[in-house]
Amino acid sequence: MTDVTAMTATQIAGLVAAGETSAVEVTQAHLDRIAAVDEQVRAFLHVDTEGALAAARDVDARRAAGEELGPLAGVPVAVKDVLTTRGVPTTVGSKILEGWRPPYDSTIVQRLRAAGTVMLGKTNMDEFAMGSSTEYSAYGATRNPWDTDRIPGGSGGGSAAALAAYEAPLAIGSDTGGSIRQPGAVTGTVGAKPTYGGTSRYGLVAFSSSLDTPGPCARTVLDAALLHAAIGGHDPRDSTSIPAPVPDVVAAAKLGATGDLGGVRLGIVTEFGGEGAEPGVMAAFNEAVDTLTKLGAEIVEISCPHFQYALPAYYLIAPSECSSNLARFDGVRFGLRVGDDGNRSLEEVMSLTREAGFGPEVKRRIMLGTYALSSGYYDAYYGQAQKVRTLITRDFTAAFERVDALISPTTPFVAFPLGARTSDPYQMYLADLFTIPTNLYGGPGISVPCGLSEGLPVGLQVMAPTMADDRMYRVAAALESAVGTLTPPAL
Amino acid sequence: MTTTLPAYDEVVARYEPVIGLETHVELGTNTKMFCGCPTDFGGEPNTRVCPVCLGLPGSLPVANSAAIEATIRIGLALNCSIAQWCRFARKNYFYPDMPKNFQISQYDEPLCVDGYLDVEVNGETVRIGIERVHLEEDTGKTLHVGGATGRIHGATESLVDYNRAGIPLVEIVTKPIPGTAALAPDVARAYVTELRDVLRSLGVSDVRMEEGSLRCDVNTSLNLPGEEWGTRTETKNVNSLRSVERAVRSEMLRQASVLDAGGRITQETRHFHEDTGDTTPGRSKETATDYRYFPEPDLVPLAPDPAWVAELKAALPELPRLHRRRLQQAWGLSDLDMQSVLNAGAVELIEATVAAGATPAAARKWWLGELSRRANETGVELADIGATPAQVAELQGLVDAGKLNDKMARTVLEGVVAGEGSPTEIMTNRGLEVVSDTGALTAAVDEAIAANPAIADKIRSGKVAAAGALVGAVMKTTRGQADAKTVRDLILERLGA
Ligand SMILES: [Zn+2]
Repeated sequence: MTDVTAMTATQIAGLVAAGETSAVEVTQAHLDRIAAVDEQVRAFLHVDTEGALAAARDVDARRAAGEELGPLAGVPVAVKDVLTTRGVPTTVGSKILEGWRPPYDSTIVQRLRAAGTVMLGKTNMDEFAMGSSTEYSAYGATRNPWDTDRIPGGSGGGSAAALAAYEAPLAIGSDTGGSIRQPGAVTGTVGAKPTYGGTSRYGLVAFSSSLDTPGPCARTVLDAALLHAAIGGHDPRDSTSIPAPVPDVVAAAKLGATGDLGGVRLGIVTEFGGEGAEPGVMAAFNEAVDTLTKLGAEIVEISCPHFQYALPAYYLIAPSECSSNLARFDGVRFGLRVGDDGNRSLEEVMSLTREAGFGPEVKRRIMLGTYALSSGYYDAYYGQAQKVRTLITRDFTAAFERVDALISPTTPFVAFPLGARTSDPYQMYLADLFTIPTNLYGGPGISVPCGLSEGLPVGLQVMAPTMADDRMYRVAAALESAVGTLTPPAL
Repeated sequence: MTTTLPAYDEVVARYEPVIGLETHVELGTNTKMFCGCPTDFGGEPNTRVCPVCLGLPGSLPVANSAAIEATIRIGLALNCSIAQWCRFARKNYFYPDMPKNFQISQYDEPLCVDGYLDVEVNGETVRIGIERVHLEEDTGKTLHVGGATGRIHGATESLVDYNRAGIPLVEIVTKPIPGTAALAPDVARAYVTELRDVLRSLGVSDVRMEEGSLRCDVNTSLNLPGEEWGTRTETKNVNSLRSVERAVRSEMLRQASVLDAGGRITQETRHFHEDTGDTTPGRSKETATDYRYFPEPDLVPLAPDPAWVAELKAALPELPRLHRRRLQQAWGLSDLDMQSVLNAGAVELIEATVAAGATPAAARKWWLGELSRRANETGVELADIGATPAQVAELQGLVDAGKLNDKMARTVLEGVVAGEGSPTEIMTNRGLEVVSDTGALTAAVDEAIAANPAIADKIRSGKVAAAGALVGAVMKTTRGQADAKTVRDLILERLGA
């Protein structure tokens, strides 16, 4: 039998279901792979060896007992460290939660267990999901398996790198401004941001509540769709969760894989043309557009005039919400506590804890958000940003009256060298230029590999209307059927 | 600092007060506002908590629909308009008893706005405007140990109990109330009393001020006649109806003495002290925290269906004021008589006693007479005196049946209050029953005649007035349980007089 770590989740699940291998064998193979390569990649913050093997044994036992298991039973999955896992460390990439073992599972993790997947461990991320390179993790940067001197994207660089390094066939990410899609693009993997409210945020440590969306990461579109179907759907513990069934993303991915896009109208956003994107990225994207045309899609240009205000609006809304969401990290109830020497006041201890526990990018955004919400500034900043958000939503709504989906490059540039953009926050923020509008609108978006530029992966983004996640899977799967998956050089 | 306060009469002669009240009510829902934890009072610290009400990372609130319904019913009872669409908001400030360091509250989009509550003060109706009624979550309780003040500053240790954190809390804010002059303290008290009765009739809260399920902040300002309203202070920690009245009065006196001396009032929070009746300054509002309110992104907007709101409105119980008016008519009481019933806190007790079979006059006689007197003597609330309406009705039944005379009934009532059992049991156990059996009574009379032959002869000879001595003797042997007139008639009959 060939190495299971090179297989897709669909293949692995098939072998396990057929009894040709066991969940324990599959899990052990991935744990071995992690042991072999993660020193170079540093995708994982915590590998839960015991928990993973126990979960795998459980799956094997249930199967032996004749239980009907789901389509992903026995498949290992890596989980971004932003989701709570009962008894398993959850740090959000921050020192302030070092050593915290949550007393409860997030809904996503519960559903992963219910689906019979095996959680390998927790993956690295920019602290509190604020960043586009994983360099803002308090535990050191993750490396891109395509070139370990380059970034794997962020904030979910750990999950994307784990896939590209064959440490896991499936991973969970969270996308606030592009944190699933941009890492997917720069590691040559697939990352999907579901419709906001289509996946539960219960147990997702909040960065920006109105934008945060957990979602699937995989090496193929079909695997991503299977994972999406397993974790998605209404959750009564999340008020913003949509009380409707998940669109049939699996069927859509299978339909797309036939390579027929006849009758599908795709829009290219005029405002994204040329602006900020590297020539190599644009070349790969344009080639993909030709491919999509050959598959039968009709391509039209669409103007979305308010997209140009998406980045500034995002950098008011997200920091504002984060300044409030992160207030609870004060050393009183959980996590780090600094300066509690019996002499200092409670206020001093809270202050010293936050001073020591948060990194510079987190502090920058807390300050930005605190300012934007201040009395006297609220209307000019937060209020104005919300208006922009409404206008962007109108742009999307108008666009989707003319086309089925919008396409763009996922990110303006390929994986950049470590350290290249850390000194200038704005240069880092530009990485999410094309992904942020979707978050402000609340619709779904997916990044699928579309080619290489200078030997590094380029991703194409498909954006669909809210609760039409199936459409983006169809387009992405069709492109994948033509372009194929990308394989990085051996580590 | 000791200052001589001016006399109250002089203060209200010179200044006009404007008051306002903010009342917090803990709702009596089974579960907390945003999680499934129980809300009952008491319990070991931090045993009624979960990831949500502890504000653990990743947890999310889900609004309690029973709390929303209760808030809308309160709004309707207070004649408010109910918002067709509104949102929760985050009120951001750091304090350890707030698990998330923000409170989920409502800001510029409250659930209920613009209502009123009519209250009676000295027989006059005063209409109190209601600015808003909104829903929020309660905080935990902090205990600061080791400091001199019991406050956070100077404490060596701070202990937090989150059992109360997340209990649904309704805030009811009045519009400013001008024009009450010398009656300002009475109006404040009457408002809180009426509000408490309304909330109780709705069954939304146990409204116990001593347990903190009804909490009151009192705003007070003074101005010279014809001038703009003065700077107001907000007095907190006002934990009884009496304190509401005292706090307004005390703050009026204090502000007047400051103004009389040419000073100005600082806009601040003040704390009321139950023991002294004074207020002392707390946090200054001039350096007030900027709460950075913004719409709560974890909760979807509230959009109560107008048809449902109309249903709730139709199903509201009769409000206390109308209920009282109906009772007054049914009982045939004058305004003055009704007022004394109200002052004694006896409305519900009399109502229940009548329901148990007594006449309104008899029920009122017992509750306002003997029982009120005992309540005043022992300093307990009339409702807690130890006698139930059913027992009072039973007692009256025994009197009506001629089994107890008035004096004996009082004795039995003492036994009821002392917890000796039901009136009938006490009557039997203490051997207190009117001796109406003429056989036994005749024997006692004959015995008295035999023992006092000289007096008997006098009566026989027509000196009827001498019978009194024999009546006394019979009453003595029957331990007062005979009817004196019956005894007298019997003596005269036996002696043929
Ligand atoms: Zn709770």
